[in-house]
Amino acid sequence: MPKIFVNNKEVEVAANATILDAARLVGVQIPTLCYYEGKAPIGACRVCLVEVEGARTLVASCSTPVIDGMKIHTNNQRVREARRTVVELILSEHEGSCQYCTRSEDCELKEIASHLGIEDIHYKGEKPVVHFDNSTPALVRDSGKCIKCRRCVTVCAEVQGVGALFPQNRGYKTMIGPAFAMDLDSVACVQCGQCAAICPVGAIQEKNDIDKVWAALEDKTKHVVVQTAPAIRAALGECFDYPPGTLVTGKMVTALRRIGFHSVFDTNFTADLTIIEEGTELLMRLKKALVEKQPVSLPMFTSCSPGWIKFAEYYYPEFLPNLSSCKSPQQMFGALAKTYYATQNGIKPEDMVVVSIMPCTAKKFEAQRPEMNSSGVQDVDYVLTTRELGFMIESAGIDFRNLEDGTMDSPLGISTGAADIFANTGGVMEAALRTVYELVTGREFPGADLRLGPVEGLAGIKAASLVITGTVPEWSFLENVEVKVAVAHGLANAANLLDQIKAGKANYHFIEVMTCTGGCIGGGGQPRYTDDSVRMARINAIYEEDAGKKLRKSHTNPQVKKLYDEFLKKPLGEKSHHLLHTHYHERDKN
Amino acid sequence: MNTQAVKPQDSKSSSAGCVCQPTEEEMLRSLDAVIDGFAKTDGALIPILQTAQNLFGYLPKTVLKHISLRLKIPYSEVTGVVTFYSFFSTVPRGKHVVRVCLGTACYVRGGKEVLEAFKKNLKINVGETTPDRMFSLEVGRCFGACGLAPVAMINDDVHQRVKSAKIRDLISQYQREGEDVKEARS
Repeated sequence: MPKIFVNNKEVEVAANATILDAARLVGVQIPTLCYYEGKAPIGACRVCLVEVEGARTLVASCSTPVIDGMKIHTNNQRVREARRTVVELILSEHEGSCQYCTRSEDCELKEIASHLGIEDIHYKGEKPVVHFDNSTPALVRDSGKCIKCRRCVTVCAEVQGVGALFPQNRGYKTMIGPAFAMDLDSVACVQCGQCAAICPVGAIQEKNDIDKVWAALEDKTKHVVVQTAPAIRAALGECFDYPPGTLVTGKMVTALRRIGFHSVFDTNFTADLTIIEEGTELLMRLKKALVEKQPVSLPMFTSCSPGWIKFAEYYYPEFLPNLSSCKSPQQMFGALAKTYYATQNGIKPEDMVVVSIMPCTAKKFEAQRPEMNSSGVQDVDYVLTTRELGFMIESAGIDFRNLEDGTMDSPLGISTGAADIFANTGGVMEAALRTVYELVTGREFPGADLRLGPVEGLAGIKAASLVITGTVPEWSFLENVEVKVAVAHGLANAANLLDQIKAGKANYHFIEVMTCTGGCIGGGGQPRYTDDSVRMARINAIYEEDAGKKLRKSHTNPQVKKLYDEFLKKPLGEKSHHLLHTHYHERDKN
Repeated sequence: MNTQAVKPQDSKSSSAGCVCQPTEEEMLRSLDAVIDGFAKTDGALIPILQTAQNLFGYLPKTVLKHISLRLKIPYSEVTGVVTFYSFFSTVPRGKHVVRVCLGTACYVRGGKEVLEAFKKNLKINVGETTPDRMFSLEVGRCFGACGLAPVAMINDDVHQRVKSAKIRDLISQYQREGEDVKEARS
């Protein structure tokens, strides 16, 4: 292990460590812009320059490996001046609109400039051509604000395996964007918004729908209901300076009520419903394969994550029959709110507005899919990200930290712990197994604390298997069957898993795919900045929420049972088919 | 695998209309053979793009999409590389490609004046092609012949110590060549 000196302090680090790693180990902060945790450094932004004794020039700490005996200075005049020049040059081209940019509170560039004591920009001159891309339902891009750090390029290509963004042209004329710097709607972008989540400035953001929601709330002819995805409660607190992983479910409910929503409901309700529908669908497919010996598409994939759906439609259309036909919980909610709930309360679907709070930008796209109008009108009207809700609460003048706890409204606000864990990678799988196992054997799922350790956590692809014994008569064909499951998150991991299946190297019965690393808790609409430690904090908070629930299995949700009794009649029945299920279609990827 | 048809390359196919000109399908097949040859090589994108440009005369979007699909490299990355290097062109180019070096040595020894003289004589700007499809004008960033500055390349010929006053002659030399060929064909 090499021994090096960071600002005269000796430290021993791993042989493959970079100077940046070593500095962080001893608590020395070095500013970075292009650096992306866990991916090969590109050394593009030059903000992390440090001095190495004996080296001719300053070096980029993110991409320079340590050598035994290296003496590094991270904060002397030469370093400070160089960093200041670098940041001034970036600022000289930055059309930031900083007075009213939505990133002004958490702009990384602004923070670095302020820490470097920059008070003036010495480089004046031409500014690059500004192009504003408003072409997609979920994301907006402003090339004037872009500082070409390329984090979005890294996340899009390496984490999501999409590669919609890449530097186009050269030098001063460089633009980060799709091919030939066209608009996003011209390419196979899945709208996951990881680029928006990782952007250090305001160059890529979600399309802001806040004003539309305010307008709906003020429209006396409209009945406005809101649903909140499970991942919001473990992240919204970060918008109000709570540490990552603080559960704020109760305060969130009160804030939504104060904003003026007529009913505050929970996407968790339809997450529970998803388990009933999707679990039944899985059992039906297994029956068809094992008993009737008919050709059937297995493995079956979960279908809750709209980025994953769009990804499959573009890149793996041969797997579309393998996707569960279940709509996502967001869309099941919209369809039920405007039919079941609307009828019960004597409201016409067209007089009702359904707003979703989602950790996700792809949900904005999903809500606008033409298939998603089972109620006769668009089922979900507006989708706000966690960040947008944070803005809305602030602009409403609500003192979030001092709010009392509220509880969700009935019936569409009642849920079990199984629904909470939909937010985590592996969680939908665990929730499904809690119900399916009990249905098939009559006994509770045997995992410790109802969990399945191997499918949890941040490994990219996870797998588990379970031999089923002691089945009830109806499902006796599953006796001694080894059910194999897998979980992937981050679309590059999903693609890897699909390629293995295509090559015959892997085989499973049921696979959960979530678009974003860590699952929905790491979604493109979550508070910034999200790294692995933040992801783990949110994941643990969600499991805590689950553990605190009296009911932890979807099939025990009393309101879901009532919904079947009163309205849907049975899983996969005619009403379900119409309201809760959908279809997919291949998209041209170029 | 998607093998999209390539738009007819009107510059050559229509003007020549001669049996020696390969059809675009043949060109795509030749390109695919080259791509197959690089199947196990990382970093094959640039040589493949060069091959494609030699075959088609320029890099049509359909060809770039084809390369993207075959190499499993995102389309944005393929065009990113194409738009980075001045050598690559996405618009049809003339029969003769003039590239004026504006690298440091050529620049200080009058490269800019040479470029202006080409613009004036050909009546086109950088990146454009003359209406008769005879000449395209491009800028290069060092051809590695700094001792001969200022340098201009026309097709594969390197012209050294180019003088602005001689450019009209240089152009007409290539123009005549073209006519000779035309006459020989007819």
